[in-house]
Amino acid sequence: MDFLIFKAPMLMVQASLDGILLGILFALIAYGMALQWGVMNIINIAQGDLVILGGYIAYTIYLWGIHPAWGVIISPIIMFFVGWGLYKLVINKVVDRDLFISILATFGIAIVFQQLMNFIFGADVVVAQSEYGTTMLFDNSVTLPNSKIFSAFISVLYAVALVIYMKKSRLGRAIRATAQNARAAKILGVDTEKVYAATFGINAALCGIAGALISITLTLHPYVGLPYTVRSFMIVIVAGLGNLPAVAVSGMGLGLFEEFADYILGTEFRIGAVFLLLVLILVYRRFKLSKKREYLK
Amino acid sequence: MEKVKQKDLILYSGLIILGLAAPYLFSAFKVQLTYLCVLIVLAMTWNLQGGEMGYNTFGNILFYGLGMYLTASVQVGMFFPLAEWTESGGEKTFVHTTTQYFQGIGVGLLVAAIIPTIIAGAIGYAILGLRGHYFAICTLGLGIAAGEIAGGIEIIGAGQGFTTPPFPAEIVDAEARGKFFYFLSFALLVGTFVFVKYIYGSRFRLILNAIRDNEDKAEAMGIQTMKYKIVGWMCSAFFCGLAGGIMGGLIGYIDSTDVAFDGREMGVFMVLMAILGGKGTLWGPVIGATLFHFFKEGLWTLILGWQYVALGVLIVVIVVYFPEGLMGWLREKYPERFGEVIDEKDRKAQVELK
Repeated sequence: MDFLIFKAPMLMVQASLDGILLGILFALIAYGMALQWGVMNIINIAQGDLVILGGYIAYTIYLWGIHPAWGVIISPIIMFFVGWGLYKLVINKVVDRDLFISILATFGIAIVFQQLMNFIFGADVVVAQSEYGTTMLFDNSVTLPNSKIFSAFISVLYAVALVIYMKKSRLGRAIRATAQNARAAKILGVDTEKVYAATFGINAALCGIAGALISITLTLHPYVGLPYTVRSFMIVIVAGLGNLPAVAVSGMGLGLFEEFADYILGTEFRIGAVFLLLVLILVYRRFKLSKKREYLK
Repeated sequence: MEKVKQKDLILYSGLIILGLAAPYLFSAFKVQLTYLCVLIVLAMTWNLQGGEMGYNTFGNILFYGLGMYLTASVQVGMFFPLAEWTESGGEKTFVHTTTQYFQGIGVGLLVAAIIPTIIAGAIGYAILGLRGHYFAICTLGLGIAAGEIAGGIEIIGAGQGFTTPPFPAEIVDAEARGKFFYFLSFALLVGTFVFVKYIYGSRFRLILNAIRDNEDKAEAMGIQTMKYKIVGWMCSAFFCGLAGGIMGGLIGYIDSTDVAFDGREMGVFMVLMAILGGKGTLWGPVIGATLFHFFKEGLWTLILGWQYVALGVLIVVIVVYFPEGLMGWLREKYPERFGEVIDEKDRKAQVELK
């Protein structure tokens, strides 16, 4: 326990800004999860590993000498097809089944992804240098890497673009129709199979963008996918499916929580705090729901 | 229990004799056999939640890891200062005498059985109120959080791990260590099997099945579902804690995320084994664990480095194409034979007859 943060108010500003910028990134991943959860009724444990894979794609082009920021365009394109392929290979067989089947099946996919990434990219912690420099605020007492501001900006840009796309385009409307009632959509001539594949592809593409941003702002490692899955799951259950402003807000809230937990509890408990928060949120939700049920008794 | 059929009696006594003779017959594989016993125990206890009660938990690893840490901590802490033991890492200045070692592990296992049971009872009310996938994700988070937190606590070794007391050097017999842990785990296996079999013949199982099939209706019928869910989880926690304690002694080294709260291996294995054998059956987890263990030990070394890829693919294949498991498949194929002795030989004999 370290209460330095309460003694130095500037650290609090630092943690808040870091947390909010990080939270926007989490919200982007959570948006993808909400999309495929809402449309296909699947909980994708491999979400975080898709993110990390997207990050490694950006890292690879960085190794080739291209600036890693191009990853936010290249990575989602590749990831879209990865997601599409994954859907055709496995996910389409678990869509209509029990949710636990999808959890376990995607858990298996997550293990495969982790291990393959470990083979291909090695087990070292890597980061792509964006060389964007840092912004100093408040008399140099708060440092803000420009890459974090860039990543938050790109996340918002893509999220807004996707919202507009979902509202206006033909595919977007088909996806929303399928989410509302898959059978009715099918009767009206929507090829739901294609919609599902596209949804999973879009989800993977969002993960790709987030991964590319993580590769320049944070670090990459083959085995750090699961915390991203849990974060996005948490954001989705707090915000509810299909409530986009709430996703953004709870994403930022989670970012803030993490940065403060980092300062107060120490970095070694950071991931533990995230998972513990998940448990607490679920338990809180359970007691809130059970109160509602009580009037039936 | 008096009305054990003669056929069953032969089967059980045969299995017990086989189990007792196994360390002498396959003396090179004692460690593997111990693993097998522990895996079967974990699969059978998982089956109480996942198969019978319909609560697919990833959280039983919590009790396993707790049991492991508790046994080792008690075994050390009874005689020496725990903090100094873990701080010195590999180099030991303290040595257990033979009596101290066995006293320590005995008390340690007792604690490892009781504390996880109490914890299961304490958190059960909050956690078991969750339904379906929320429960699954919550318990997944619980297991991982426990591992991450244990990895930050200094007194139990934090990130550098915890070396459990070595087997007393005064016992000269080189086979003694393997035999000790094998018989310990075999006793646990027999205890678990008898207990689970007892549950299978009781009203308790019917209640668990009612919860699985429709919890709201079960509640409407006047069953206090929450009470039974918690008791069921406590039973699992009891045996998982013991299994963890034995494994900690056998492995000799406890790491927070790779050995104790090993959600990536043990936590998934127990689910996979139960599903492979067939959820909601007495023999399913036993057969599933045995098959899985043979597959794992046989193939792991052949595909070194690729074992996790194989594991992931195996999970996907089993879950997607084989969700009913071996017993479910058998039940479909030979419904009239179901409920009788089921083992591989029997199945093969039947195939040959046809």
